[in-house]
Amino acid sequence: MGILKTFVLGGVHPEENKLSSNAPIEKLAIPKQAIVPLGQNLGAPSKPLVKRGDEVKVGQLLAEAGGFISTNIHSPVSGKVLKIDNVIDGTGYKRPGIVINVEGDEWIDEIDRTEDLKTEIKLDGKAIIEKIKTAGLVGMGGATFPTYVKLMPPPGKTAEYLIINGVECEPYLTSDHRLMLEKGPEILVGTQILMKALNVKKAIIGIENNKPDAIKHMQELVKSFEGITVQALKVQYPQGGEKQLIKATVNREVPSAKLPIEVGCVVQNVGTAFSVYEAVQKNKPLIDRVVTVTGKAVKKPSNFLVRIGTPIQQLIDAAEGLPENTGKIIGGGPMMGKALTTTDVPVVKGSSGILLMKKEESQRKVESPCIRCSKCTYVCPMGLEPFLLSKASKLGKYEIAETEKIMDCIECGSCQYTCPASIPLLDYLRLGKNKVGAIMRNRGRN
Amino acid sequence: MNMFTVSGSPHVHGDDSTKKIMYGVVIAMVPAMLVSIYFFGFGAIRVLMLSIVACLFFEWLIQKYLIKGAVTITDGSALVTGILLAFNLPSNLPGWMIIIGALVAIGMAKMSFGGLGKNVFNPALVARVFLLISFPVQMTSWPKPSPITEGFIDTVTGPTPLGIVKEGLTAETPKTMSELSSEIPSAMQSLTGEMGGSLGEVSAIALILGGLYMLYKKIISWEIPVSMLLTVAVFSGIFWGINPEQYADPVFHMLTGGMLLGAIFMATDMVTSPMTKGGQLIFGFGVGLLTILIRMWGAYPEGVSFAILLMNATVPLINRGFKPKRFGVNTGVEIAK
Amino acid sequence: MDNVIIIAVAALGGLGLIAAVILYFIAKKFKVYEDPKIDEVEEALPAANCGGCGFPGCRAFAEATTTSAKKNKNLEGLNCPVGGNDVMQTVGSILGLEVEAADPLIAVIRCNGTFKNTPAKVKYEGATSCAFAHALYGGEGGCQFGCLGLGDCVDACDFDAIHMDPETGLPVVNDKCTACGACVIACPRDIIELRKKGPKDKKIFVSCVNKEKGGPAKKNCAVACIGCGKCDKVCKFDAITINSFLAYIDFEKCTLCRKCVEVCPTEAIWEVNFKPRKPKPVVEKVIPKPVVEKTTVIEKVEASPAPDKETKE
Repeated sequence: MGILKTFVLGGVHPEENKLSSNAPIEKLAIPKQAIVPLGQNLGAPSKPLVKRGDEVKVGQLLAEAGGFISTNIHSPVSGKVLKIDNVIDGTGYKRPGIVINVEGDEWIDEIDRTEDLKTEIKLDGKAIIEKIKTAGLVGMGGATFPTYVKLMPPPGKTAEYLIINGVECEPYLTSDHRLMLEKGPEILVGTQILMKALNVKKAIIGIENNKPDAIKHMQELVKSFEGITVQALKVQYPQGGEKQLIKATVNREVPSAKLPIEVGCVVQNVGTAFSVYEAVQKNKPLIDRVVTVTGKAVKKPSNFLVRIGTPIQQLIDAAEGLPENTGKIIGGGPMMGKALTTTDVPVVKGSSGILLMKKEESQRKVESPCIRCSKCTYVCPMGLEPFLLSKASKLGKYEIAETEKIMDCIECGSCQYTCPASIPLLDYLRLGKNKVGAIMRNRGRN
Repeated sequence: MNMFTVSGSPHVHGDDSTKKIMYGVVIAMVPAMLVSIYFFGFGAIRVLMLSIVACLFFEWLIQKYLIKGAVTITDGSALVTGILLAFNLPSNLPGWMIIIGALVAIGMAKMSFGGLGKNVFNPALVARVFLLISFPVQMTSWPKPSPITEGFIDTVTGPTPLGIVKEGLTAETPKTMSELSSEIPSAMQSLTGEMGGSLGEVSAIALILGGLYMLYKKIISWEIPVSMLLTVAVFSGIFWGINPEQYADPVFHMLTGGMLLGAIFMATDMVTSPMTKGGQLIFGFGVGLLTILIRMWGAYPEGVSFAILLMNATVPLINRGFKPKRFGVNTGVEIAK
Repeated sequence: MDNVIIIAVAALGGLGLIAAVILYFIAKKFKVYEDPKIDEVEEALPAANCGGCGFPGCRAFAEATTTSAKKNKNLEGLNCPVGGNDVMQTVGSILGLEVEAADPLIAVIRCNGTFKNTPAKVKYEGATSCAFAHALYGGEGGCQFGCLGLGDCVDACDFDAIHMDPETGLPVVNDKCTACGACVIACPRDIIELRKKGPKDKKIFVSCVNKEKGGPAKKNCAVACIGCGKCDKVCKFDAITINSFLAYIDFEKCTLCRKCVEVCPTEAIWEVNFKPRKPKPVVEKVIPKPVVEKTTVIEKVEASPAPDKETKE
């Protein structure tokens, strides 16, 4: 196989624990009550279009984009709107959301519910982007950046490569892996649609080497798709980070504080490519997604196809219940996921997994003094000095943090993962990023 | 009911810890310890035990009664300091001097700066230099090695190879290197450790073994030892090339004195060395250069400890000047249209 | 030998002389006129450089007062909260102005989410920073408005006036408070407010900032303000406003009559430093926190419909 490509700076290799990689995607039952938060994407929350008591069908527009970086939200279920109220979501806060009491499963007529593969792309670039925008697609990897925004390069910039992110470098998560195995052709059609929208001739699907079956499967499939190649990558966290993936696949370095389009690349997740296929070829807005439910104590680690708005309690039940000694519930993977406060939280567009950690696993180790081993510096994929930045943030020296490029931090957590003294480096880095970000915005305003 | 924990990501942690690093260093020092016991016998055990116990005791005393904070003597850092201090002492040093050394190392060089991770200078080296300046006679009379297999005999004291060379070259009627060559140990003897010197500095093989172990365990990185030894080799090589009668050869410089001990265990001390690869290269270069300067023209035959301490003082500056390569800054990659 | 000494002295002396001349001319040329009153005012200030006046340090405040006195002939809007009225009077007399006495203020903590009142539902692990925890999640007790108890206010205080009470998990302000406002800025949840220090430090305030509806608020915290409006109805002085299910008592209008305290169904309104009521047939209202010595104020203060703090992303 030779030396596999990867990114150069830093990186760690946490235990992979891909427990659910052999569990086929199961369709989960429709929930009795769907909770649809209005803020499901990075950027502005959406504005509700329905009101209490309205009857809705699956696929019907529930809320429209509330700004440029915002998306439409469609009803994942059919039934009656119970209320529009503050509901607890993954952020740990109560935010506005729409609660729907489910009745039956009635879909709007426009959606093609057949399973046939439609390969012929009838729409032109502009129409594709419009369709993706209307369907409310966001990045399915977890960052939930509205997809259509990425497909419209700013004036003067053109894309050269489309990179499809099948890396799934987070330990435990397998939703992208299963999707590639089971919906390979759809993903490739989706990729072609994205290529057409971006007007690029080359697409690369990056897959980490710990998924040999997916690499083989996709390599087999791409033979009949022009311009798409599969790139196997060495297992290294955080390879799924946009900038790291671009470095690994096409060896270009996105300049600090710039977007990937600067180096002619657009990165989309495999899950997004699949949703693009569904939205463009089947008229189906983003109303469901694949979610991994996993953890060392989970009886049946699984991958579920669930409707947006399903409370995660239902997913946990389907994976044969919450283990006795669960100490932490994480929405997402163990490196970047968010700890959830309750199981009432609904699945949203960006939920890639539910990780249930045992009490003993979840406890943080006791912090001890920094011994200046510089391991955090070695593993930082952005070439930053986490020890310095966290200290600066802790002491409120935000000017130092800013000049030392704290805003380049991608919050991958490699530093804190490695730290022998178990210092909560990333906690302070996040704090510093918040403060420095606010200071910079203020400066821009004045 | 389960009470869930909420915290920021990451939710997993690698299994690295300060303890593991410290005990890793201790394991790496075992070969050198065994060699020192083999050659210096009971004296070596005495110095080692006294130094370790005194360091642990002072750390405990200061943490418990002076700072009144948590006692962390089990983290292994005081143990490492104790062994390193012993490695820097001759095996016949009076016990009370060792205890003073331990007090200086722990009290003055480490705790007064705020404890683990906050000290500017390597504690063991500060203690060594303190003792060297305070008790020059005792600190520079080393017992001749006598393998334990030959029984416990009263050992004769004598200077180290470096001392022999220094004295010979700077005597009223200077000797030449070829005249001195019969008095200094052969390269083979330096490798095994059959020469006079402090406990830990005699055996090159044992030290290199420890160094390789630490490299494998990623406790140290190659930059400091390599750049330091390379600098020493190059500079001593230049002078040796100019006049082999007047200057010792590079191999002699690299294998004698505290050079390897310094390069592998002292200069690489995480707390007191620079944090980036570039900085570490410069640091190693500086230590090597200063060592050679002191050895050739200084008053002392041995310069490693002074060189490391001097360079320790420059570490904050080096850290400021040498930043890691940032991602996406000065990429040199042409930005696509 | 003598020669050497003379030459050395002459050379150094000459150098010194030349330098002195150069410095003299430079000092003349670049001299900036400064009102000597600025120095006088600065002398009179507490030199805490806390920024409580809104200026970066006492010197800047002294400059501002002097300029204002010269231009506007008053000191409107300028107040040194740390020095209080005494210092402001002195400053006024230096500048030849009458200074109206401002009401002394004190920081008040408007949350009573003790461990008992808001039982923890989740456990927090991580950086000891309210600002970070605020960005991470709602709070251990589930109230997303209440005190996070990680002590950003304590860290911000330069006067040793605020401490965490380990029993309640809430901060407590003591009489060292100078109302500099550092804690108000530090608190990511806008719980701390500077309120008027009434006669004998008497205060009445709503010790809650929860803007949720009554039901959800009560669910997480036994003593939350539920926005029922009873206090508003009973207040004769129009001092109480209700906004997003939260009552706020305007301390300028409040006359400390204590009527609102009696009617509050959730004990969210606090009276501090009052004498115990005359025994009435009515059930005595027990203040959850015993008020300490005369002036030590335990402030749990009322919630105001304060403008939303910029939410952290």
